[in-house]
Amino acid sequence: MSDNRYTTLNLGPTHPATHGIFQNVLTLDGERIIDTEQTIGYIHRAFEKIAERRPYYQITTLTDRMNYCSSPINNIGWHMAVEKLLGVKTTKRIDYMRIILMELARITDHLICNSVIGVDSGALTGFIYVFQEREKVYEIYELLCGARLTTNVGRIGGFERDFSPEVITKIYEFLDHLPKVLRQFEKLLLRNRIFMDRTINVGPISAERAMNYGFTGPNLRAAGVDYDVRVTSPYSSYDDFDFAIPVGTQGDTYDRFCVRQEEVWQSLKLIRNALDNLPEGKYFADVPEFYLPPKEEVYNKMEALIWHFKIVMGEIGAPVGEIYHSVEAGNGELGFYLVSDGGRTPYRLHFRRPCFIYYQALPEMIRGGVLSDAILTMSSMNVIAGELDG
Amino acid sequence: MRRDKKNLDSKFLTGKLKTRFTEDIIAIDEHSDMLTAVVKKEAIHEVIRFLKENESLGFTFLTTLCGIHYPDQELQLGVIYHLHRFSDNSRIRIKTFLPLDNPSVPTVTDLFSAANWMERETYDFYGILFEGHPNLKRILNVEYLDYFPMRKEFPLEDPTRKDKDNRFFGR
Repeated sequence: MSDNRYTTLNLGPTHPATHGIFQNVLTLDGERIIDTEQTIGYIHRAFEKIAERRPYYQITTLTDRMNYCSSPINNIGWHMAVEKLLGVKTTKRIDYMRIILMELARITDHLICNSVIGVDSGALTGFIYVFQEREKVYEIYELLCGARLTTNVGRIGGFERDFSPEVITKIYEFLDHLPKVLRQFEKLLLRNRIFMDRTINVGPISAERAMNYGFTGPNLRAAGVDYDVRVTSPYSSYDDFDFAIPVGTQGDTYDRFCVRQEEVWQSLKLIRNALDNLPEGKYFADVPEFYLPPKEEVYNKMEALIWHFKIVMGEIGAPVGEIYHSVEAGNGELGFYLVSDGGRTPYRLHFRRPCFIYYQALPEMIRGGVLSDAILTMSSMNVIAGELDG
Repeated sequence: MRRDKKNLDSKFLTGKLKTRFTEDIIAIDEHSDMLTAVVKKEAIHEVIRFLKENESLGFTFLTTLCGIHYPDQELQLGVIYHLHRFSDNSRIRIKTFLPLDNPSVPTVTDLFSAANWMERETYDFYGILFEGHPNLKRILNVEYLDYFPMRKEFPLEDPTRKDKDNRFFGR
């Protein structure tokens, strides 16, 4: 571009409006975007390579660091992928507990994304409101597993401990309180003239192009395709529940905002349903090869001690096979393609990271628009650098 | 109910593929978690185009595309495609294998825009060359990296260590 009509602008890699480390080199004509070149990989950590040398249970911590706004979904998705390879059947209690946790994670993920759209369009207030609610979910995680952001929650075959009465009270408190805040948040933005003018018809994508680009999750549904992994291939007993899948029509920033907002309401309904009907039973499945035995048994029984040692040292091989398992993560279809040759670690593990796949559509979505719209488009796509770079 | 439909579907699919590509299909496995076909690399583009554009098939969604390395095989490098049909939720896995000295395979970016970065990622980590790709360069690693790190000859650990060989990982 030697033509000096155009300006080159570096957006990122450490720009506050990108909310993560990735770079866009924009070619601008005045304020209009002619083209952009994306550079990613600034926080690439080679998880797929590391996973080839880690026993199965240690890979959970890698999944934490992909979409760190909703790590429980990644953790549980990975556990379910391994269970699929092993052929483990989980109890209804495990399934419902997983649903509760995954939906809590989805709520936090969507709250962050939607409030950040507000921030980028100049409305900081809503962000502060919902961040207090996110804090409450993190307190629930903390009670459940001790961690807040990178949770490493659950194990292959279930959970490390049952929901305590305190956790259940906390979740009910959250369910009672969030709707109030959410309604306030929606009053601030949903029918706000300025917000609507800033977001309607900004960064639109058609359903056909979105599918061609491999969009999944709220971004695809905003374009009008009702694809949700929870419904099409129900895992973890999602088919026991009745919930709606919101879809948009235009695939623009406003539709993405609305779809996420409605999904939060649906998730609230799902959590309440699952918690009200939480079945009795064990919170772990029968997989002695992968699920650590209780500590009292480790100290008192030879067999438990042996299993404990073998699991911790990663000395247990998985059966030969290859599977693909996917879950509906905050950003869309999070897939695990796992090839096992019978070794103690995966032979090959590929993560289908939804961000990585749909972020490449950005140039097409922002071309011809103005710079301030590009920022909004980017934040409404919810690009999480950890998931982008893997 | 769902299972019956899936089984019927895989038979139908196998038939479709076998009649159209008799010569090019090396193996079909119906017992994995989804129908898995191993295809010659010359036919890979045509197979995927057929799966996408044939009216009775319509696999219009590319879920993933990734590489794999088997150092003990004659054709060491592999590319694995997962395709998805939304209308009845069926999935298919297509594999193709390439020799290490000339790992080139036709691109599918003309069929799926999503393949652009997926192919760049596969090139970046396995050195697989996608012929006809509009912008085949490294994506996640630095440009001046002079090897393809996901290949099996590059150990994760310091190569001087003696306590981390394959025996300790059950292989």
